[in-house]
Amino acid sequence: MRCQDCKEKDSTVSMTHIINNEKVILNLCRECAAKRGFHSPLDSIPFPLANLLTGMLSPAPSSKKTAQAVGLPDLTCSQCQLTFTEFSRLGRFGCGNCYNTFREKLQGLLRKIHGSSLHRGKLPPMLSEDGNAIKEQERLQAELDRAIEAEDFERAADLRDKIKSLVNEDEAQTEKEKENV
Amino acid sequence: MFENMAKKPAGWLSEDGDESSVVLSTRIRLARNINGLNFPTSANKETRAKVVEYFKSAFEKSEFLGQGRFHLTEELDEASNSFLVERHLISPTMLERLDDAGVFIGPNEQVSIMVNEEDHLRIQAITTGLEMDKAMELASQYDNEIGRLMEYDYDSDFGFLTACPTNVGTGLRASVLIHLPGLVLTRDIDMVIQKISKMGLAVRGFYGEGTDVLGNLFQISNQTTLGKSEEDILEDIERVTRVITGDEAAARNRLREEASEQISDKIWRAFGILKYARVLSSEEVMNLLSAVRLGLAMGIIDNLSIKVINEILLLSQPAHLTKYLGQDMTTDERDIARADMVRDKLK
Repeated sequence: MRCQDCKEKDSTVSMTHIINNEKVILNLCRECAAKRGFHSPLDSIPFPLANLLTGMLSPAPSSKKTAQAVGLPDLTCSQCQLTFTEFSRLGRFGCGNCYNTFREKLQGLLRKIHGSSLHRGKLPPMLSEDGNAIKEQERLQAELDRAIEAEDFERAADLRDKIKSLVNEDEAQTEKEKENV
Repeated sequence: MFENMAKKPAGWLSEDGDESSVVLSTRIRLARNINGLNFPTSANKETRAKVVEYFKSAFEKSEFLGQGRFHLTEELDEASNSFLVERHLISPTMLERLDDAGVFIGPNEQVSIMVNEEDHLRIQAITTGLEMDKAMELASQYDNEIGRLMEYDYDSDFGFLTACPTNVGTGLRASVLIHLPGLVLTRDIDMVIQKISKMGLAVRGFYGEGTDVLGNLFQISNQTTLGKSEEDILEDIERVTRVITGDEAAARNRLREEASEQISDKIWRAFGILKYARVLSSEEVMNLLSAVRLGLAMGIIDNLSIKVINEILLLSQPAHLTKYLGQDMTTDERDIARADMVRDKLK
């Protein structure tokens, strides 16, 4: 299809406008789209991660625009005021509370970056005292039950692996103690 | 400041480590943030100052931390900050914003902690050779001590929370600096780099992405930080590094068998230039040192210590040379001073 503006080049961009509740679709070449103020979100990426994030987070540029036009509220972190849209652009969080605010949206993203969305490493010193490990196991089991109920099997698999690694650590610890006796 | 430090290589460099004919150093970095405070990039001046205050108070309270020293980067002059970058005690990113930021330097310069870089705290430990467990043990000692004195940002699902989602979880980036002249000469290096990438690790040339590889030095590090334990991450890198050091040894053997005279000629020429040249750029020194390092490892050059090579490598950098000689210089003057220093060290 030819570009509707210059009528010379092939159109590569399809723009969806909503004007007075009427949907207007324009098919334009890249240059003419830029003249109308449309830039691909991938044009001016400050660093490669943003590229990755934008690709992962925005379903499609047109549908995002529509959502904003309709006035859907963006998620905003109550501590640092970062919005989810802003995070997808920057690729950086503003504070620890962002993780809590964007929790559900982050699980898929983290799985894509790391192949998992669950931490399996050490606990901070303030939490790692005895007793916490057992509580942690119970909490994880409850989470696992909930994930299975919600049919979120990717998360369930992550949780199952994590519980397994905790149990293994526990056993190794007991073995060690036995040896020491 | 730091003139005395510049006179000698970092304490850890003079120790021996595993695989040290190929692996120069092992580095561990832990990213940590303090609960309730915005991350440095989105924090206002007041919050940044608070982070520095918290760290300073921990530093004053803890006998363990008290063995090191703490500097505010804004109180150091430009030459001193560049010196710290060359010594890998702070990152180049840190130079972009020096106000309300600081660096802790532990005994022997083995551990450094950047305060208010991309995360509130970045704990780094470095050892000679391939010594993953030793480096991790060092970093953990500081991590545990600080973690008892302040509450880290931590989430039971996501682990240690960091400004960038690529660091979340363990916050652990482990890397080895590895010298691969054999694989570069036999042109097998591209294949080896592909192999490393396929194993899920990152490889890059020394000092920056996209630039030419200086001195045949490469860095291998983990790409992912979440979903694996610290031990598993370290094991992966150690395993891959041992495969690569094996490849490098095989390449060196091939060179010895197939091009023995050419290799030894290349090495002795490099040594000759270093020993007698009157003007040397830092890039030239790095590339010549690579040949001499290879000569030492292959037993072609003897009666020279690897420590001298490491010392020259460090001192050749511009800010080090300035500190070493205690005076500012133009680039041309520095190239002459560098050649003087190298001749002096090889006497």
